[in-house]
Amino acid sequence: MKILVAVKRVIDYNVQIRVKEDGTGIVTDNVKMSTNPPDDNAIEEAVKIKESGKATEVVAISVGEEKAQETVRKALAVGADRGILIKAEGIVEPLAVSKILQKIVEKEKPDLVFMGKQAIDDDCNQTGQMLAALLNWPQATFASKIEVKDKSLEVTREIDEGLETIEVNMPAIVTCDLRLNEPRYASLPNIMKAKKKPIEQINASDLGIDTKPRIDQIKVEEPPKRKAGIKVASVEELVQKLKNEAKVI
Amino acid sequence: MSILLIAEHNNKELKPFTLNAISAASQINEDVHVLVLGSNSDGVTKSVSECPNVKKVIHINNELYENYLAENYSSAIIKLSESYSHIICSANTFGKNLMPRIAALLDVSQVSDITKVVSEDTFIRPIYAGNAFATVKSNDKIKCVTIRPTSFDPAPSSGGSAEIQNGEPGEATDLSKFIKKEEIKSDRPELGTARVVVSGGRGMQSGENFKLITAVADKLNAAIGASRAAVDAGYITNDHQVGQTGKVVVPDLYIAVGISGAIQHLAGMKESKVIVAINKDGEAPIFSVADYGLEADLFEALPKFVEELNKLNTIQK
Repeated sequence: MKILVAVKRVIDYNVQIRVKEDGTGIVTDNVKMSTNPPDDNAIEEAVKIKESGKATEVVAISVGEEKAQETVRKALAVGADRGILIKAEGIVEPLAVSKILQKIVEKEKPDLVFMGKQAIDDDCNQTGQMLAALLNWPQATFASKIEVKDKSLEVTREIDEGLETIEVNMPAIVTCDLRLNEPRYASLPNIMKAKKKPIEQINASDLGIDTKPRIDQIKVEEPPKRKAGIKVASVEELVQKLKNEAKVI
Repeated sequence: MSILLIAEHNNKELKPFTLNAISAASQINEDVHVLVLGSNSDGVTKSVSECPNVKKVIHINNELYENYLAENYSSAIIKLSESYSHIICSANTFGKNLMPRIAALLDVSQVSDITKVVSEDTFIRPIYAGNAFATVKSNDKIKCVTIRPTSFDPAPSSGGSAEIQNGEPGEATDLSKFIKKEEIKSDRPELGTARVVVSGGRGMQSGENFKLITAVADKLNAAIGASRAAVDAGYITNDHQVGQTGKVVVPDLYIAVGISGAIQHLAGMKESKVIVAINKDGEAPIFSVADYGLEADLFEALPKFVEELNKLNTIQK
């Protein structure tokens, strides 16, 4: 069994992002980048399934600029066997990413495709479901538990009301929630080993996919600033303010 | 052209966020049609038809739709899509799961999680967990849009009498199968929709100490949240995590206790209407977003908080 895992390079979740002064986007120059957090869970799960003997190969793929190679390399350092980088410049919308992944799936023929439930930059939460639609595969989104069966997966999903369990026939797409597992750190020897693992580079345009955005981003703004609050001297004062001034209790 | 809005329900009751989505849809175009895909879901259809903002209800009643599976839902929706300019649903786990599947089948670039309608093709949506807001214009013929429910007031649910029309089911697929649903049975409101949230951070020092948070939350009928630091330290399970990598909450009142206010936490709560911070470090960044800051030892402040709440004649629920 082969598992393809899609990973995205995003601004690190600990970085306070800054909006560009001209309102055209977010400042990314000289900003720390890392793997989209739930994509780490996706890689971890694929590697665990391989370690349990149920998968034979884990392939990590990323779509983005040249530097996204680092994100693929990180996936290799925690156990993926080889990598693919699809080079594309600028904003690549989830629809275009899913079309690219569709092409790669047709070529690589994985049994499963894993990725994070959502990227923490554009917060779209679309790619996995879109890829499932394009391939006419089942989708298991927001997975917090995956049980690999013979020809299917039993997946527990995090939904608003609690948990839902579904069975999806393979091949299938799974988008991973943060509760799925505890991603491991790459050890130094494994980081060294990952440098020797192959990463195939392909231009998105060579796949015949138009990655030009369909949605016009008119402007990006900072959220309205909260007006400064006050300090209260005691719990009594706090409760009185909440009751009589803010009227929320 | 009209709007097709996908109702979320459990065959017995309409889920409340559908009303928030209906109100957002009405701002785009008043001709809102609601699709109820269900099994033995006549009651749901009737309650949708009583919503004055709804002009038509399409009911597809088939055992195929007894449980919600995006694979089955999407084929029925695609069949109807041609006569609509917009397909809309709420951006909760229901809509997040469903809408991209529809959008991809229609070759549409979806607009997710909008917080404001600017015009019929232009919307505002948060990115970077609400640390920035993007104004975006969709150029697709059919616009697939999900609505952040907490950004729109629920539409009125009674007084209307929309026409009900029966529709044809889509193709069945055997790609996926529903097995079970375990709803969290709690007397406490759900974190994502609670009116009040009380959250603890690393300052709580242990999981055991969260009982101090629970005592306050009980009084206020609040959900319990936590910072990532508290989750990472093992004080509480990560379904309580508020922040960029957890849940984004917008309650009327958010009380942050022993939380320093890391960027990643602020991203998940700073849109709350009223924020209270209780922290013994007066320099903690959480105070910069707090409407009311109390610089105090939480181990003294929380029991005192309960005492003071007990003195009140009434507490909003």
